[in-house]
Amino acid sequence: MPFKRYVEIGRIALVNYGKDYGKLVVIVDVIDQNRALVDAPDMVRGQMNFKRLTLTDIKIDIKRVPNKKTLIAALEAADVKNKWESSSWGRKLIVQKKRASLNDFDRFKIMLAKIKKAGVVRQELAKLKKETTA
Amino acid sequence: MSYKFHQFQVVGRGLPTETDEHPKIYRMKLWATNEVRAKSKFWYFLRKLKKVKKSNGQMLAINEIFEKNPTTIKNYGIWLRYQSRTGYHNMYKEYRDTTLNGGIEQMYTEMASRHRVRHHCIQVIKTATIPAKLCKRESTKQFHNSKIKFPLVFKKVRPPTRKLKTTYKASRPNLFV
Repeated sequence: MPFKRYVEIGRIALVNYGKDYGKLVVIVDVIDQNRALVDAPDMVRGQMNFKRLTLTDIKIDIKRVPNKKTLIAALEAADVKNKWESSSWGRKLIVQKKRASLNDFDRFKIMLAKIKKAGVVRQELAKLKKETTA
Repeated sequence: MSYKFHQFQVVGRGLPTETDEHPKIYRMKLWATNEVRAKSKFWYFLRKLKKVKKSNGQMLAINEIFEKNPTTIKNYGIWLRYQSRTGYHNMYKEYRDTTLNGGIEQMYTEMASRHRVRHHCIQVIKTATIPAKLCKRESTKQFHNSKIKFPLVFKKVRPPTRKLKTTYKASRPNLFV
């Protein structure tokens, strides 16, 4: 199985540990075997260990260590935000976040919606069962 | 990023006497974990170079030196003198890091691991930021590639906070990338 996601300049990664957990960052340069210089529109450019990063499929086209303006422009041009939020991984994270931030009334609404959905599914199943036995 | 070793600029001179009203002022840049240790190191080195001790000298200034550009990667060359079990040796080591303090810390940990040299047996002679063309070590030169590309071969599965750490897990982790 060859590798598909490489550490390279312009690779988007998700931070999976530490203070910036959950952020999407761009690998802007490689310091050495374990660390990358990493940048995002809302943080100061800094170093991060690869152990804290999970590589994504998204890659943008930048030169080594661009300045903040160029980086933000490149991110806009590659439409990273929309690509991420429409990818299945990104959508799952959004749903997780939404579920974690529900209040009691939202959970009540979800309960009603689930019951309704289950009722409709069961009706269809009953219809299909009747057709096969008949 | 907190570093164990801080860089200090220490300035001191011998006390003025009748024969020497204005003794020469000496300045050193050195690494220590705190200011007190930095001052002590300063007198240690000065004693070896000039006829002056802490008891007949005065400290004029001690300032911490901070990195000017901690967001750019630099190649640091460090010349050091260390004491091994059999004698003193000189060494030149190269490190890639964003700050000089980070490079020095890498040096201390590497000397401890590779040569079993504790930090009090190491004297930093000189440090310099080396441009990429002049680097000597292959391990730093291999990162001088503007189109660097490599896969992360082994994915360490880790809970995002230490609170979620458990001794037993329900299933074996998937370590592929």
